[in-house]
Amino acid sequence: MMKHRLFWPLMVLVVLLLFNLIYSPDFFSIKMRDGHLYGSLIDILNFGSPLILVAIGMTLVIATGGIDLSVGSVVAITGAMACLSISRANDQNGLVAVLGAVGIALVLSAALGLWNGFLVARIGIQPIIATLILMVAGRGIAQLITNGQIITVLSPKYQYIGAGSLLTLPFSIFIVAAMFVIASLLTRKTALGLFIEAVGCKPTASRLAGVRSRTVMLAVYMFCGLCAGIAGLLLSSNVSSADGNNAGLWYELDAILAVVIGGTSLTGGRFYLAGTLVGALIIQTLTTTIYMVGVPPEITLVVKALVVLAVCLVQSEKFRGLLRGRPKAGPLQTANPEVKRHA
Amino acid sequence: MNSFRRSGLILAASLMLLFSAACGGGNGAGGNDKEPANGGNQVKQTNAESNGEQKDTSSNKKITLGFSQVGAESGWRTANTKSVQDSAKEAGFDLKFSDAQQKQENQIKALRTFIQQKVDVIAFSPVVESGWDTVLKEAKDAGIPVILTDRAVDSADTSLYETFIGSDFVEEGRRAGQWLVDQYKDSTEEINIVELQGTTGSAPAIDRQKGFAEVIASNPNLKVIASQTGDFTRAKGKEVMQAFLKANKKIDVLYAHNDDMGLGAIQAIEAAGLKPGVDIKIITVDGVKDGFVAASEGKINFIVECNPLLGPQLMQAVQDVVDGKEVEKRIVTEEGVFTSEDAKRELPNRQY
Repeated sequence: MMKHRLFWPLMVLVVLLLFNLIYSPDFFSIKMRDGHLYGSLIDILNFGSPLILVAIGMTLVIATGGIDLSVGSVVAITGAMACLSISRANDQNGLVAVLGAVGIALVLSAALGLWNGFLVARIGIQPIIATLILMVAGRGIAQLITNGQIITVLSPKYQYIGAGSLLTLPFSIFIVAAMFVIASLLTRKTALGLFIEAVGCKPTASRLAGVRSRTVMLAVYMFCGLCAGIAGLLLSSNVSSADGNNAGLWYELDAILAVVIGGTSLTGGRFYLAGTLVGALIIQTLTTTIYMVGVPPEITLVVKALVVLAVCLVQSEKFRGLLRGRPKAGPLQTANPEVKRHA
Repeated sequence: MNSFRRSGLILAASLMLLFSAACGGGNGAGGNDKEPANGGNQVKQTNAESNGEQKDTSSNKKITLGFSQVGAESGWRTANTKSVQDSAKEAGFDLKFSDAQQKQENQIKALRTFIQQKVDVIAFSPVVESGWDTVLKEAKDAGIPVILTDRAVDSADTSLYETFIGSDFVEEGRRAGQWLVDQYKDSTEEINIVELQGTTGSAPAIDRQKGFAEVIASNPNLKVIASQTGDFTRAKGKEVMQAFLKANKKIDVLYAHNDDMGLGAIQAIEAAGLKPGVDIKIITVDGVKDGFVAASEGKINFIVECNPLLGPQLMQAVQDVVDGKEVEKRIVTEEGVFTSEDAKRELPNRQY
């Protein structure tokens, strides 16, 4: 059982939750309030859903050996675009206006993802550089759209996406579940997953073997953009406003972290969507825990960094071997030292 | 592609700046040279004056003010910009406005351009606190007085600038605390306060926390039971408030360092089935439009204004500096406080 790749990430999540249970016994209590469930666990799922979405897209991109730094900016752009078009509508709560805004935002996010894919797959720019362009320029575009201001919308229908509830659960959870199922089915029940891993292992070899590696890459970056776009809608509708300056800031780093905690290697070729899910939940649980425990803001990042470091170390077979007193030779498998710097 | 277009625009803008700077220098020098020869003949110089580069030593001259703004990152900042532009027009000053887009290098360039253009006074809101000594010294050597607005610099040599006009963040915190002390002066039970801080390490966050803590210390029943940063944003304010509500059984008061975090927290409070402003009293700082709307609905109980409309005070200071009068080293902007009732009354008059 300990050999299972999800074992250690899940252990960390359990430890985090146990800590909360001891610290505040109410942590697991879930009550009915105004027709929806209310409790810390629900909060974690609700606030964690944008991160899970972005991380799902990021997992596939990383599986092809790439990386997408632009997701945070795409989050800001789509939120801004949706709020702008709703605020321009005559009836902000009109179904057509809201659906139109969501449609525009999603098409835009897919187009932005496609742009990344185009730069990487067709032009051959290194993924980190190609997506860095949109990361920097995208924030500027978002600020252009919002004119540097916070756009507030008064639209219960739009707010429903990120803050409404369906069957007593936050609606956002259903969106995430749907995207997760779609991604899992597409990659594990069709050959697409195999293609992605093949491209990640060796693009040239996979192309010679008959895989259209460029098309696969284009599709993967577009999917990542789309995921970031949906996340942007969730984030902006949750607070009924779009903030081009701050929405999705540093999201790419959290998403990469979630992917790596979940056991996907940054070198590409292998990916674990379920691991990513657990990774994103660990990050969100950690954030919520820090707020609940009342860690002073000055040392919040240090606490986060220490936990992430511990997560990475505990996942490293070599490190565990050292702890047991019989050092084992072999490469670090899942832990990536680069991750430690971010929290 | 967009980045190209942007940099293209910036390039074009800087070229234009350079061009106008060159013109300005020429015109200014020309005007000054002509001055003694032409004697009292002022009429012919109206052309140069309308260009705004004219530097004249007679008493009815038009003052040129170079103003470099931080950027346009919020409604607050936009209102600040508009106030400066409007009051400059009203005062009959020639305003040269430059937007630094949150970058110190842009701002330093703008200040150097102002120096080249030989404006009468330079005013600016520094993007960051440090790194200004060199360019301020250049201005001083050129004999151009500098006025800081809204944000301070950390230069040890205070002779580099004439005055600093801006809000007193500590005082804002004190006012927020004072309202709370007055509200609960007869209360005997403990009042639990949660605090949403601004961005960790930023001057408003530090000072607003300090001033607030200082005043509420007078009443031992007032206790801050949780304090966490909300990064001045709605999303974070909501997320942190949700956690506060779960972690603490009884919260009586929320103190948010800006309106936006307070607005996010209001959504969290409503989601918890509580009534913002009634079950939990809410105090915020800033007084932006959305905050005023919430206050007029009774969701925010008390707003301490952080006034961006410092234009008139700035123009007064500019006039005083040019006239050679002594100005205070620190001018605090005139700021009000608003309860829900005040907010309802004031809402139609709010400019930002």
